[in-house]
Amino acid sequence: MRLAGWLHPILALLLSPLLPGVINRVKAFFAGRQGPPLLQPYYDLIKLLQKGAVYSGTTTWVFRAGPVVNLAVLSLVLLILPLGRVPSAVAFPGDLILLAYLLVLGRFFTVLAALDTGSSFEGMGASRELQFAVFAEPALLVGLGALARWTNASSLSGMFADLSPAFWGDSLPLLVLLASAFLVLYLTENCRIPVDDPTTHLELTMIHEVMVLDHGAVDFGFIQWAAAMKLWVLGILLVGLVLPGASGWRGLDALAGVVGLLGVAVLTGVIESIMARLRLLRVPQLLVGASVASALALLLTFR
Amino acid sequence: MRCDSFVLGGLLGSLSLLVLGGLGALLIGRMSSRSAVRLGMGTAVAGCLVGLIVTLTALVARADVVWTMPWRMPYGSLHIGVDSLSAFFLIPMFLLGGLGAIYSVGYFGSWDDRNPGRFWPGYHALVAGMTLVMLARNGFLFLVAWEIMSVASFFLVIYEDEAEETRWAGWVYLIAAHVGVALLMALFALLGRGHGSLDFSLMSAPAGAAGGFFLLALAGFGTKAGVFPLHVWLPEAHPAAPSPVSALMSGIMIKTGIYGFLRAVLLLGATPIWCAWVLLGLGAVTTLVGILFALAQQDIKRLLAYSSMENIGIIVLGLGLGMLGLHHQSPLVAALGFTGALLHVWNHAVFKSLLFMGAGAVVRATGTRVLNELGGLLKRMPRTGAAFLVGAAAICALPPLNGFVGEFLIYVSAFKMLFGQPASAVWGVVIWVTLALAGGLAAACFAQLFGIAFLGEPRTQTASEACEAGAWLRWPLYILAALCLLLGVGAGAVVVLARPVVVQMMGVAGVEGVGVLEWPVRTLLPLTLLALLVALLVVIAIWAVVRRRLMARAPAVRTSPTWDCGYAAPAATMQYTSTSFAQPLTKGAALFLRPETRAQLPQDVFPISATFSSTTPDWAQKKLYRPIFEKAARQLGRLHWIQQGRVQWYVFYVVAALTALLIWMVWS
Repeated sequence: MRLAGWLHPILALLLSPLLPGVINRVKAFFAGRQGPPLLQPYYDLIKLLQKGAVYSGTTTWVFRAGPVVNLAVLSLVLLILPLGRVPSAVAFPGDLILLAYLLVLGRFFTVLAALDTGSSFEGMGASRELQFAVFAEPALLVGLGALARWTNASSLSGMFADLSPAFWGDSLPLLVLLASAFLVLYLTENCRIPVDDPTTHLELTMIHEVMVLDHGAVDFGFIQWAAAMKLWVLGILLVGLVLPGASGWRGLDALAGVVGLLGVAVLTGVIESIMARLRLLRVPQLLVGASVASALALLLTFR
Repeated sequence: MRCDSFVLGGLLGSLSLLVLGGLGALLIGRMSSRSAVRLGMGTAVAGCLVGLIVTLTALVARADVVWTMPWRMPYGSLHIGVDSLSAFFLIPMFLLGGLGAIYSVGYFGSWDDRNPGRFWPGYHALVAGMTLVMLARNGFLFLVAWEIMSVASFFLVIYEDEAEETRWAGWVYLIAAHVGVALLMALFALLGRGHGSLDFSLMSAPAGAAGGFFLLALAGFGTKAGVFPLHVWLPEAHPAAPSPVSALMSGIMIKTGIYGFLRAVLLLGATPIWCAWVLLGLGAVTTLVGILFALAQQDIKRLLAYSSMENIGIIVLGLGLGMLGLHHQSPLVAALGFTGALLHVWNHAVFKSLLFMGAGAVVRATGTRVLNELGGLLKRMPRTGAAFLVGAAAICALPPLNGFVGEFLIYVSAFKMLFGQPASAVWGVVIWVTLALAGGLAAACFAQLFGIAFLGEPRTQTASEACEAGAWLRWPLYILAALCLLLGVGAGAVVVLARPVVVQMMGVAGVEGVGVLEWPVRTLLPLTLLALLVALLVVIAIWAVVRRRLMARAPAVRTSPTWDCGYAAPAATMQYTSTSFAQPLTKGAALFLRPETRAQLPQDVFPISATFSSTTPDWAQKKLYRPIFEKAARQLGRLHWIQQGRVQWYVFYVVAALTALLIWMVWS
């Protein structure tokens, strides 16, 4: 019955590399460049998964475990995440807490893998990643809590099941607050501009890219794949908010979800093209802003 | 009936094993240190094993055993009993008592420069004292047991008393323990006043005063548990004590504060609703203060001590949710809160003692507790490191380990409150935010602890020469690490075991008969969640296999130095230190943490030297307690003339006091 939900992880594993491809195409369009092919992330992935590796002599098994755990977490988390209006395979009261802590698990191992190299650059990235996570965590949980209270549902699937433009009708401020909080979260967790710049080559200013500086070959392939999956996972929260109501036909709903994700990717490309990266010290303020937006949304549900 | 005598007999047998073993080790300690160690370890393990089996049986069979014997003490009687609450706390106590004994054998190495005759009696007395605390059903007996526990742990804290700071820590601990016990004496004396007996079964709060007694109990037991602002002894005593003792103290002794508090709540019966608010407020503050201070520490064991404070805060949050749920007539919230708190008691006992024992192994191997002097230990101590990683992940509440499940229940309890009336929903929001913030900070704190100590390159010579810990040290770590996983994926069983205790607690407000008391596991803990935790392990394994396959097909795999962006001469000291790692967060909280920094900045065009050091002392101790105690010491100094130092004077005091009492007796 929930077959569609069980297919969600497989669908995401297969289609998620499209998202960075779309983002890059949009950025190329804005810059007036030809840009890499849409399927370039797939080509990269296939190439990386076949390469031989170079490991630092400092590293231990923790360095090798990092990408594996991260990818595993992101492929498991889709079992509790609805794809837009398509309910997830598994739903239970409080599954949003599992979602938040699974993301922490992935981050924890990514950070440890970075520290395992003993490089100060990677230590710097790890430290920043965790600092931002401290601010991002409340924004995510409070935002989802507000949504739960408003929809009176205690599982993720329940929360997103009945949302539709008609539902939001008279509570537009709530939608705007939640959507902006989730957008900031999406950009932060995926290390996009204005929080982090995935294309810079200056290690001192990077967060995520600097943490994976020493990874190569299969491990780096896993990391890239996991990064694409993360675009999917956090994007789906945003998409779920704004999609139209369920059509009654699972295939169509799933298609709407995927199209929505591609739309978010386009939006990301636009943001990356028209904005500069924030100064590092400003990023916590942005994240606190997202938390405040979430908290305001929660207060609005008290009406 | 047969179960009753089995439980009582077993516990008395366990107690006598501990007492005899302690005495034996004391006697032969000077003569033969080898046999004293053997005797001490053997009797402690045997006593704890017997106790563990017996209390597990008692909890499963839901035994409620009581045994009384008259005692020639005013208001006292030898009234002991085992109910579900006692048994639930006794189980981790015996577990850690036994593992700690095994660990101690390895920890002190050959015991060459140590007298085991001083260690083991204290250890046995601590375990026996804690057992008696949880068995006592009489106020007087309880206080005696509480005192045995406090004094025994004091002697263990100062076991390595060569260091000045150890003796100082001992003083702080002794004073804190006795301030706490003074409050408890007042509590029991006032509760038992009307009945001429201090028996728990006769105690009850006078009408209208339950709130006051609640605060008294919270302060008295909170001192032991480490609730803010009564936590000041924790960060002093835990680092100073030998690691097996810190593991035992942090793992279970501070939980006797939680146990005593629950027992007092049972005695008090219904309390006003603001008591629950006080609990929630204190719990939230304790959680956040604890984890923020933990983040700023550079001493591994001090960091762990502050993190114990955080976890006590989480337990108190769970209890507060439980009590608030009772007031709001929402038994599900109450059951979730209480169950979460109880699960966290077990879970914290397991992973915190694992971390303290792991830290002890690091201290043995390197001789330092300072995080910035470690590094690269996972290569040198791979097995200790792996076990330590499990503990660090568990304490961050990462699935699928045990820390996650306890916190999950507390989260869901707060989550359920979000749906209620605004008055209760606001509390739900406060706890929700507190837990989310604490979760993020804990992840940063323990990624720092493990990452700086075990990963990267060694920062000092001693760290690079560290060797793997011996088998005596490692096996307790393995067992605890396995329990972290087992109590995580098998949390359903623990929920079932905790149920009679929850029912006991819910009976306080007369919520019996409500359907939720008959709950199957799944109303509290979704079995799909536990299935997902197992699935997580499977998925990780699948991807690991995929990775291995791909690597096997790949061309050459080479080893080279870490990429250093072209720098020619990388050195281990260039790595991120724990201070720099935590800096963005501690700087953000500097207004609150009040770190003290001393810096000599580089000067001139060609600077010769520059130094920087920063410490984060506990301002509660410095600003709050030190002035009070200094003033008290000055005032009490005026009474110095009483203390003449001559025996004749003291005999005179005794005679005068006796005469005064005699006159008073005759007159009244």
